[in-house]
Amino acid sequence: MTQGQKATSTILETPVPGGLWVAFTATLKRDVTLMFRRRGELLNPLVFFALVITLFPIGISPDRAVLALIAPGLLWVAALLAALLSLDSLFRTDYDDGSLEQMLLAPQPLAALSLAKVLAHWLLTGLPLALVAPLLGVTLALPLGSYAVLALSLLLGSASLSLIGAIGAALTVGIARGGVLLSLIILPLYIPVLIFGVGAVQAAVIGEGVAAHLAMLGALLAASLLLAPWAIAASLRISING
Amino acid sequence: MWTFIHKWGSPKWFYAISAKVQPWCWAVSLILIATGTVWGLAFTPTEVNQGQGDSFRIIYVHVPAAFLAQSVFVSMAAASLVFMVWKVKVADMAATVMAPFGAVMTFVALFSGAVWGVPTWGTWWMWDARLTSMLILLFLFLGVIALRSAFTRREGGSKAASVLAMVGVINIPIIKYSVDWWFTLHQSATFTLTSRPLMPMEMWLPLLIMVLGFYCFFIALTLMRTRSEILRREIDKRWVRDLIKEAQ
Amino acid sequence: MAFTSFGAFLAMGGHGPYVWAAWGVTALLMVACIVHARFERRQLASAVKRRARRGDRHPPHQARHADDT
Repeated sequence: MTQGQKATSTILETPVPGGLWVAFTATLKRDVTLMFRRRGELLNPLVFFALVITLFPIGISPDRAVLALIAPGLLWVAALLAALLSLDSLFRTDYDDGSLEQMLLAPQPLAALSLAKVLAHWLLTGLPLALVAPLLGVTLALPLGSYAVLALSLLLGSASLSLIGAIGAALTVGIARGGVLLSLIILPLYIPVLIFGVGAVQAAVIGEGVAAHLAMLGALLAASLLLAPWAIAASLRISING
Repeated sequence: MWTFIHKWGSPKWFYAISAKVQPWCWAVSLILIATGTVWGLAFTPTEVNQGQGDSFRIIYVHVPAAFLAQSVFVSMAAASLVFMVWKVKVADMAATVMAPFGAVMTFVALFSGAVWGVPTWGTWWMWDARLTSMLILLFLFLGVIALRSAFTRREGGSKAASVLAMVGVINIPIIKYSVDWWFTLHQSATFTLTSRPLMPMEMWLPLLIMVLGFYCFFIALTLMRTRSEILRREIDKRWVRDLIKEAQ
Repeated sequence: MAFTSFGAFLAMGGHGPYVWAAWGVTALLMVACIVHARFERRQLASAVKRRARRGDRHPPHQARHADDT
């Protein structure tokens, strides 16, 4: 390390009051603002979710008994696909306009900043999906008493989906037309979340305890919260520096 | 420790030492697989199978392939870790050649499981816990291969595939556990293919031999293909050209 | 021996097609792995030889970088 580099790094490492937290909230605010500026894109996952749900009664049967049977799985799979579709744009614009490189150069740990980006993504896709799901559940004749569990399981599950999916998005951001590849590498990793998410709703439908499933979803979320930011940060570095 | 890793990390040293180890691995694997094949196919008594008839003999390829498929993924992730932490290029070369072989083994496990399903379940495919996990594992392998080849620069592809392999290996136990759990919840079949109480010795001894043979096969093939990969990537290095001059 | 005749061995008590299909595909794929590896190796060896012949006249630029393992 040369003298000059040492000097800069000391300047950068000088603790700013609330340095990390300020950077985290600033990134979060910036991303939320940017996403709100593209309101059309914001609605896309929700519209996609509703559309896919519409396809099933048409494709399978409008019979309420049949629909009620498959509703938990359908809602979860459709929400999962909707979340997956929105992932490709998570780092794409930042990569294109170079702000991702700025983020890499920031003195704050990249893992924390990427966590802020994922949080913004979840707030504007996972959260709305979880809130809209019960409405679509009505159209699928989802049995009463499982609506709250559906929303709650999606709330917990979609956060894990965003975190895991961000790893794939970070890995493929440098690849032109990486969308299909992104699904290929991420969908297998989504399976545990899907299993426990659907399990929770199905348990609620048949009137069993849902605590175990929700606890598992919580555990998956805790694990991905702990590990995913590091993997996202490493992947972003790879995508930018090669 | 450091010198050891760096020694193994030198492609030249690895190339020389693997040339000596490789024939032994092939020999051992050939002997083990031949023994296991003859024993398993012809000598294990039909009565040990608890009412499946002779279709149980598929176990001698299904289980070794399934074991190996998972071990290949773990080895690939371990090699990726070594590559990412210590920048050992040979580890990345090994990880590169492991992925397609792992996919092949996963396919073998899936195919033999599906064929076994016909006399056992009366259907080619059952969403049984083991077959489902194997299918997911196949997708994980394909994802790693696809990601590596999607990068135009090899360095980026190597690092990205390494991260994905490590993320995948953390997920494999979670996927396995959740699929098992899901299967017991929805269980419609009365039994899974290979989970039976106690295998008699005549049955599991040839199985053990086959498993060991498959592992040796994996080691031998990986050594061989890593050597090729070394030549591919180091083709312009002086030691490779010296090697050829010596051989001529 | 679990079987009385070679015919019985092939028939596998009626499960012959399944057993031989599973074993056959396994054997085929493993042999294919070996064949592919040998083919790849032979191709690379000849590529290295070609390169070495040319390389005597045009030293490749990579040679300037020392071993960057």
